[in-house]
Amino acid sequence: MQTSNVKKGFRLATLIVLTLLLLLPLFVGISLSLSSSQSIAQGHLLPDHLEFANYVKVFTSTSMTKFLWHSFIISGSVMIGQVILSIMAAYAFVFLEFRFKKAAFILFLSTMMLPFEAQIIPNFATMRDLNLLNTYAAIGLPFLASAFGTFMMKTSFEQIPTALKQLSDIEGLSHFQFATRVVMPYTKVSIITFALYSFLTNWNMYLWPLIATTNDNVRTVQIGLRQLRSQDTASNWGLIMAAIIVSVIPTLLIIFLGQKYFKKGLTNGVIK
Amino acid sequence: MKKASNLKFRNESALGWLLLLPSFIILGIFVFYPMLKTFFLSTQLTDLMGNPIKFIGFKNFSNLFTSDSFMTSFTITLIFVFFSTLLTLVMAYLMAMSASQKIMGIAVFRTMFSSTMGVSVTVASILWLFMFNPQIGMFSKILTFLHLPQINFLSDPTWSLVAIIGTTVWMNLGFAFLILLGAIQAIPQDLYQVADLDGASWLMRLRKITIPATSPTIFFVTVVTLINAFQTFGQVDILTSGGPDYHTNLLVYAIYQDAFVNHSVGRASAQSVILTIIIMLFTMIQFYVKNRKGANYANE
Repeated sequence: MQTSNVKKGFRLATLIVLTLLLLLPLFVGISLSLSSSQSIAQGHLLPDHLEFANYVKVFTSTSMTKFLWHSFIISGSVMIGQVILSIMAAYAFVFLEFRFKKAAFILFLSTMMLPFEAQIIPNFATMRDLNLLNTYAAIGLPFLASAFGTFMMKTSFEQIPTALKQLSDIEGLSHFQFATRVVMPYTKVSIITFALYSFLTNWNMYLWPLIATTNDNVRTVQIGLRQLRSQDTASNWGLIMAAIIVSVIPTLLIIFLGQKYFKKGLTNGVIK
Repeated sequence: MKKASNLKFRNESALGWLLLLPSFIILGIFVFYPMLKTFFLSTQLTDLMGNPIKFIGFKNFSNLFTSDSFMTSFTITLIFVFFSTLLTLVMAYLMAMSASQKIMGIAVFRTMFSSTMGVSVTVASILWLFMFNPQIGMFSKILTFLHLPQINFLSDPTWSLVAIIGTTVWMNLGFAFLILLGAIQAIPQDLYQVADLDGASWLMRLRKITIPATSPTIFFVTVVTLINAFQTFGQVDILTSGGPDYHTNLLVYAIYQDAFVNHSVGRASAQSVILTIIIMLFTMIQFYVKNRKGANYANE
């Protein structure tokens, strides 16, 4: 029973229409970012003539370069921290036997049901009292431990055949050697998936960086955009659209690279 | 021999706790302590600096439930959560079904469909801010084209919530799509072959095979989307600032306003406790259902 060409063509057309509808806001944004302000003011959605002036302005007359840099530092460090701490914790839960392991695990589990939004008031006070407001530490520290990451790592560590563990014991590998030579190479796809997902989440964080910064010293790109919008949108849609397109490139790249892995990894960590 | 294994156990125990220690320090300072503190502050009268002055029991809570602005914000939060979750689920499911076909170039469509997962709340909100712009925005053009009266989406009490729901659904679609696609692709093809032999219609296949086979994932996506919806903040902050007249003042935005703008920390903490209870409830339902079903997913 073969699907006829007409049917195939129809399905393809549906998919194309769906994609265009879904990504319409993004296309409009890109189009405006390439338009002159006169063209936008006249209500044209497509540029009268293509120009890149808005992108030049993003890097020359706004603080976006600085904000992008801050976001890279913070997202990168939090990612590294989360990956290392999650691997450590997951290793303990999977390969070690110790007292109160179950209780420790339940404690980890419980953090997943406590909304961060309900913790912002005391966390803000903590950062203020430690004199950490407007530092990288203030934005990144609260997120270094990740229950989600620990579960994801735990699930993938559990897939390691017991024979490998026994063999390593016979070979006399230490825990550190077993972790770095066997466990991590064996689960590298999951580790990379989590790292990419972590970077993406950190890059897109909004509420906490907004609260933890009161000046431009370490402000992240998301909060920078919020500021740019409140100063500029009325007059300059082209500039703000160029700025948001620049800000979304790193995370879109991550989605394009990691989409296949996210589909598996995100469900594995939580559903199973 | 026995001594050696004892020693090993003790070492292992120390190592285990050593490996958990960094995570527990962070969780202790930035999750458990603030959570307890929030519960404490919700029972306190607080000064403008957020310092507790005296214990007032559940007064902050009873004040909330007699406050018009809180009741509005609570009601619209429930409406918002319901519609944004329902729409996300239905649309993402339809997208996942159409992207599970085997057509040349399908991988490109899958990537496109999941791309909104990479879009931050700031970017999504600013894109939709333009779509809703009453002078030059997309919807204003469509309304003009259809000879319909203009709508001022972001300053109309009803439409502003619709606008926030629309933006949220758009943002959520990528993630929900990706997870649902994974579930639909995992359905064994022979199930459909039997259905084809029986001459089952499209709707029949959907009702008897696709939906039942993916029901655990549908449930998972529903709960995750629901929980995320309760935690909505950025869309409100950028699109409407809670207005007009509290009509888009979702719970987390209200907490933020009360804590950092109005400096009523006791009231904000009480709302935080309510949020926590709601989220805990849904997470616990999810754990419970997951454990009850156990390994029987495939038979569902």
